[in-house]
Amino acid sequence: MKTTSIMIVGVGGQGSLLASRLLGTLLTDEGYDVKVSEVHGMSQRGGSVVTYVRYGEKVYSPIVTEGECDFIISFEKLEAARYAACLRRGGKIIVNTQEIDPMPVITGAAEYPAGVLEDLKAKGFDVDDFDALTPAIEAGSAKAVNIVLMGHFAKHTEIPKEKWLAAMEKVINPKFLEMNRKAFDLGYEER
Amino acid sequence: MKRLLIGNEAVAWGLYNGGIGLVSSYPGTPSTEITEFLAKHDDIHSEWAPNEKVAMETAFGASLAGMRSVCAMKHVGLNVAADPLFTLSYTGVTGGMVVCVADDPAMHSSQNEQDSRHYAIAAKVPMLEPSDSAEAYAFAKSAFELSEKYDTPVLLRMCTRIAHSQCVVDIGEREEVPLKDYVKQPSKYIMMPGYAKLRHPVVEERTEKLKALAEDCMYNRVELAKDNEIGIITSGCSYLYVKEVFGDGVSVLKIGMPNPLPEKMIRSFAAKVKKLYVIEELDPVIENHVKALGIEVTGKSLFSAIGEFSQKTIREAFVKEGIAVKDIPEAQGEAPAVPGRPPMMCSGCPHRGMYYTLVKNHITVLGDIGCYTLGAVAPLNALDSTLCMGASVSGIHGFNVARGSETEKKTVAVIGDSTFMHSGMTGLVNIAYNATNSTVIILDNSITGMTGHQQNPTTGYNIKGDPAAKVNLEALCKALGINRVRVVDPYDLKACEEAVLEELAVEEPSVIISRRPCVLLKYVKPKKPLAVDTDKCRGCKKCMKMGCPSISFKDGKARIDRTLCVGCGVCSQLCAFGAIGGNEE
Repeated sequence: MKTTSIMIVGVGGQGSLLASRLLGTLLTDEGYDVKVSEVHGMSQRGGSVVTYVRYGEKVYSPIVTEGECDFIISFEKLEAARYAACLRRGGKIIVNTQEIDPMPVITGAAEYPAGVLEDLKAKGFDVDDFDALTPAIEAGSAKAVNIVLMGHFAKHTEIPKEKWLAAMEKVINPKFLEMNRKAFDLGYEER
Repeated sequence: MKRLLIGNEAVAWGLYNGGIGLVSSYPGTPSTEITEFLAKHDDIHSEWAPNEKVAMETAFGASLAGMRSVCAMKHVGLNVAADPLFTLSYTGVTGGMVVCVADDPAMHSSQNEQDSRHYAIAAKVPMLEPSDSAEAYAFAKSAFELSEKYDTPVLLRMCTRIAHSQCVVDIGEREEVPLKDYVKQPSKYIMMPGYAKLRHPVVEERTEKLKALAEDCMYNRVELAKDNEIGIITSGCSYLYVKEVFGDGVSVLKIGMPNPLPEKMIRSFAAKVKKLYVIEELDPVIENHVKALGIEVTGKSLFSAIGEFSQKTIREAFVKEGIAVKDIPEAQGEAPAVPGRPPMMCSGCPHRGMYYTLVKNHITVLGDIGCYTLGAVAPLNALDSTLCMGASVSGIHGFNVARGSETEKKTVAVIGDSTFMHSGMTGLVNIAYNATNSTVIILDNSITGMTGHQQNPTTGYNIKGDPAAKVNLEALCKALGINRVRVVDPYDLKACEEAVLEELAVEEPSVIISRRPCVLLKYVKPKKPLAVDTDKCRGCKKCMKMGCPSISFKDGKARIDRTLCVGCGVCSQLCAFGAIGGNEE
């Protein structure tokens, strides 16, 4: 089978590590060969972060380069655009419509580009954009954006929902499991 | 037990199951998690040392006493620990000793991209280099036996991609290794000239034995393809990229022990292929070895000595060579140009108030290594230099010697609490002893921040989170010969300015301890977020000069993101119109 490549992108501190851990655990349990490449260190301080998840029969490289990515899952609009060149022809971008100003925008050195997702769509990118923040807050925490996005992504895979929930039990602190289940459901139900 | 592990956790499991008794390390991305995962085991001793030299010498002591021991560090940490390493090569070990060193090609979190393989060559010790977590586990586990059998410390080289990438690892059981007997051996362990002269030949003989091992060991292997057009010698993550691009389509000599390198194996492999390449990140270590054997090979002329590789690097290089590469990916389209998103100091970071004070007063700032290095970026642009751990304190002394009172009155050094413990203290002694009127600011946020919150000797807790002896920074600085030591709260801009201006003015060296715990610490409870009164805000943007990520400018007024703001109140002190508030108790 062909290797599937996923990129989880966002802003340091948004919770992409937990999302990649969930995906990695799920795909390993499904019997795939899996490689996950995480981000630690300096970029976690509010910088642009990218995590790679690759699975298939035999996966060598832990990273994803231009034109190789099947799914870009983005926690933030600008970050979806930043990594768009990694998407393969026919790949899909799933993106939370939240806007987080980077420092050049805050200082006034640059402007947050208006209509960035519309531009991508106009260029032929398959963009599935939705507000993941509102359902996360509804579930109990703005930090649950990561699991809302995972719930939404789950629909694009052939892995049944109960397997996702089982993997969540393995990687999420029991104290926050109920809240995250709700977040997952809300993401899953999002059109 | 099969589990998905990052390389560093795999190393920790390998070392644990290999019979480790002690780990002593200083944190440094991308090596930190090796020690953090080892610290989860209560049946071994784990600790954060003040610096890598202390860590390695602690591991040496444990080895001398007969225990299997480990120290882990980032590549630049090995510079600090190089002194014990070179002579440990002479003494050898009693209990097996493993030195984990993690390189950072592409400098994701580092100040340079030096190649640690040079240390293995220079110190004449064996080095192992895994390609993924499964190998990291196996190599780490084997390293103690290698160390004891050949009577040498063993370097285990990781890199960012392998340290922080996960794959499935089959974790076995721990081997309990009893302490070896301690026997006094002066000629092996007292490295004064008379004895050291006897040990150097032992080192050279050992290298010959290790060279023989390199020809036939679990670390190096040949994977022959059906056709012999292309042969690639590679190691570490470059091996993964080669396999990603070519699968079994080219012959590969995979090097898992980059020092010492095999000779016969390389000659035999080279003879079997028509065209030979070496693909290795950073310096041409393998390439130079192959060339020294008189074998024609293509390496750095095609593959850069700068940064990280990827499958794309390999594909593009071979396409340039006119060699067919299958499955070249086709992108959906180009990415639009978007503003960059550099890392920055967090909302409510205690360093910000002190940096604002320094920038406002046009102070020259010699910086150091830690979260506070982020004071260098816009809009603060607060720093003038960052070299290595401790160089702010040592550097300001030389700077002030060179320029005298012209700079003494308007220059400071800034250094974090952990970095001060690591190697700032000795520089401060030099300031006092050799007498410049230098001003040092210790940015004490009560934790080792950038590497992800490790305890250090100033926090009062050890690696397990248990109470420990706590260094009193004020008393320490005084003991080192500094008479003027004062503490300020960096959230109080007026107090910061007073302290900085007064200490710069005096005719003697001084230390300002800018003290407030990191806002990300669990025990630090955020205050209610602040808000901008849009009727009072005149849109002067003064509050934006300190670069807080919570404050943005919309429709001619400042705006505070309530989800990010922790209510530190520094911005409200900047506002001349009293427009920022709303969290008064």
